[in-house]
Amino acid sequence: MASVSIKKLGVSFGSLNVLRDLDLEVDQGEFIVLLGPSGCGKSTLLNAVAGLLDVDAGQVWIGGKNVTWEEPKDRGIGMVFQSYALYPRMTAEGNLTFGLRVARMPKDEIARRVDRTADLLQIKPLLGRRPAELSGGQRQRVAIGRALVRDVDVFLFDEPLSNLDAKLRTELRVELKKLHNQLNSTMIYVTHDQIEALTLADRIAVMHGGVIQQLAAPKEIYRRPVNRFVAGFVGSPAMNFLEGTLTIVDGAPAIRIGDVTTGLAGYDFAAAPVEGRAVVLGIRPEQIVLADAAAAPSQVPIDIHLIDPMGADSLLWGTVGSDTVSVRIGPDDEYTVGDTVAGHFHPDQASVFDAGTGVRL
Amino acid sequence: MSAGDMTLTDTEAEARWGTQPGGVKPRRFSPARLGIYGFLVISALFFLIPLYVMIVTSLKTMPEIRLGHLFSLPGEVTFQPWVDAWLNACTGRDCNGLHPGFLNSLKITIPSVVVSIIIASINGYALSFWRYKGANLFFGLLVFGAFVPYQVVIYPLIIAAREAGLYSTLAAIVIVHTIFGMPILTLLFRNYYASVPIELFKAGRVDGAGFWQIFFRIMVPMSVPITTVAVILQVTGIWNDFLFGVVFAGRSNWPMTVQLNNIVNTTTGVREYNVNMAATILTAAVPLAVYFISGRWFVRGIAAGAVKG
Ligand SMILES: Nc1ncnc2c1ncn2[C@@H]1O[C@H](COP(=O)(O)OP(=O)(O)OP(=O)(O)O)[C@@H](O)[C@H]1O
Ligand SMILES: [Mg+2]
Repeated sequence: MASVSIKKLGVSFGSLNVLRDLDLEVDQGEFIVLLGPSGCGKSTLLNAVAGLLDVDAGQVWIGGKNVTWEEPKDRGIGMVFQSYALYPRMTAEGNLTFGLRVARMPKDEIARRVDRTADLLQIKPLLGRRPAELSGGQRQRVAIGRALVRDVDVFLFDEPLSNLDAKLRTELRVELKKLHNQLNSTMIYVTHDQIEALTLADRIAVMHGGVIQQLAAPKEIYRRPVNRFVAGFVGSPAMNFLEGTLTIVDGAPAIRIGDVTTGLAGYDFAAAPVEGRAVVLGIRPEQIVLADAAAAPSQVPIDIHLIDPMGADSLLWGTVGSDTVSVRIGPDDEYTVGDTVAGHFHPDQASVFDAGTGVRL
Repeated sequence: MSAGDMTLTDTEAEARWGTQPGGVKPRRFSPARLGIYGFLVISALFFLIPLYVMIVTSLKTMPEIRLGHLFSLPGEVTFQPWVDAWLNACTGRDCNGLHPGFLNSLKITIPSVVVSIIIASINGYALSFWRYKGANLFFGLLVFGAFVPYQVVIYPLIIAAREAGLYSTLAAIVIVHTIFGMPILTLLFRNYYASVPIELFKAGRVDGAGFWQIFFRIMVPMSVPITTVAVILQVTGIWNDFLFGVVFAGRSNWPMTVQLNNIVNTTTGVREYNVNMAATILTAAVPLAVYFISGRWFVRGIAAGAVKG
């Protein structure tokens, strides 16, 4: 078990600064998920931790040791890649043992480790097969086994499940979670799938443009996004954004959206709200309640455009002023397209962002 | 293509193309197809007729050849011309036939093929995975090298070989073939390795393998298809070489092609057409055999990417 700390890390490819001044502390045994859109530098960060690329600035510490210039093999890490990256001409067993053979480990120790790993991942029957003879899910198990068998303290996963179909992905996700509980090792896991992030992570680091936007527990990220990017990126369907201006009505903060004004009493403003400030109100689709008016103090009128049945629930699409909103409704709720309904919400569940900077207020 | 005729144990190829042919089954006879087949048959005849003439001539006796019936089958089949071509035909003073040339060609071809492929595969590997400074310039020069006419560099090479004390030796001709095979082979291997996902290389590094271990233990085993292509290219190219052989190898190492030329062009005595034909076929036999045996592997190797899935 080992902690990982990344200090003021900078990585650039030619003139492209991919990571700038990046700090990240990962505790022993913690499961950290790096979440962000394509090209934001997640893989780059992971590769820097693994020692697979040269950093321009900053340091990487693993287990209390500065490993910035150590070889990958000396860092005590195991890595799993999106494309599996299994050695095609070796059997599954050959893949598992390659690193151990390179390190000239005694044969009986290798056998013991293969045995243990294969048991853990239930890949015993696959050991004699080549990667081409394995299904995607089986390949990824073997690839995970290749990291496990090295008995390392830190595991790095680069989108390990994104080449799998939805069902397998869910299965393996649950297994990974179990594996983490069993091994209790430190894991850094890259994904752009937010379900994976929300379900697996102890903490999520949401990245954008080579910078960590927010590092927090999944619930916190979901409930209190620090800026509009995080708010929009996490959650599906995405958070609704309503443009408006702050006002003070009877000494209480309120927001004017188009020609409607609704109170924001109860919202935990970081700084005292300023009258006339252009803001964006963020409300998640499930936080808008259409029926039970008494339950929620604030409300906006929604013109219904479309109803999308999604199985377990339905999604109602409409507009508030010029902004599109979605509302999660029961699968059997009846609404008529063209009607206007009142959307109620609790201000303390919502988020308010500065319209210019996108920062949470 | 049916699953049965995949002689190369290539699950990759199968995965790529599937085991079933796809698309609409073509109609048996349409005017267009007849036209195509007609054209193909005529083309085949165009190339096969000379071969036919060579074979029948090589089996005839000299008196029969003098009758001048070029296309007729031999009245009396004789294999003596083949024996003569192999053992007794004269090149200037020596009358040992082609077989010393055959051995020389082996001595030249085998080390040249092996050495050039080893170096080129390492080159290609380094070029695609190890992005050192100037790698692109180096690659550009190599590609340029593939288009330099041989004649331009022969004279400088002769001087270099002489200065190195290697002129007219086996080493000289092997080195020359290695050099001239390098651009195209490096290109071949580089492109092949470029199709290998970089993650494979990274996985090897995480597993603690160094540059060479990754090459020999991961890359080489997956290079069978492209190595097959390289071997075919090099064997046929080097075996068929005349120019470098005559210039660099030295009289005692002259390859088969040079000796064939000397047999066919010998000015003393009568022209033994049957012996000449037999000698020519013998000389062409190795590249022909390579084509016939490995033609399909060639196509498969050229078309194969390194990894599936
Ligand atoms: N070897 C490289 N050379 C040049 N630029 C690179 C290289 N690797 C990555 N980049 C660039 O760095 C940026 C970050 O890449 P990175 O692979 O870290 O993104 P990512 O967050 O992992 O994205 P994805 O979700 O698509 O995997 C991208 O703009 C990419 O184009
Ligand atoms: Mg990536």
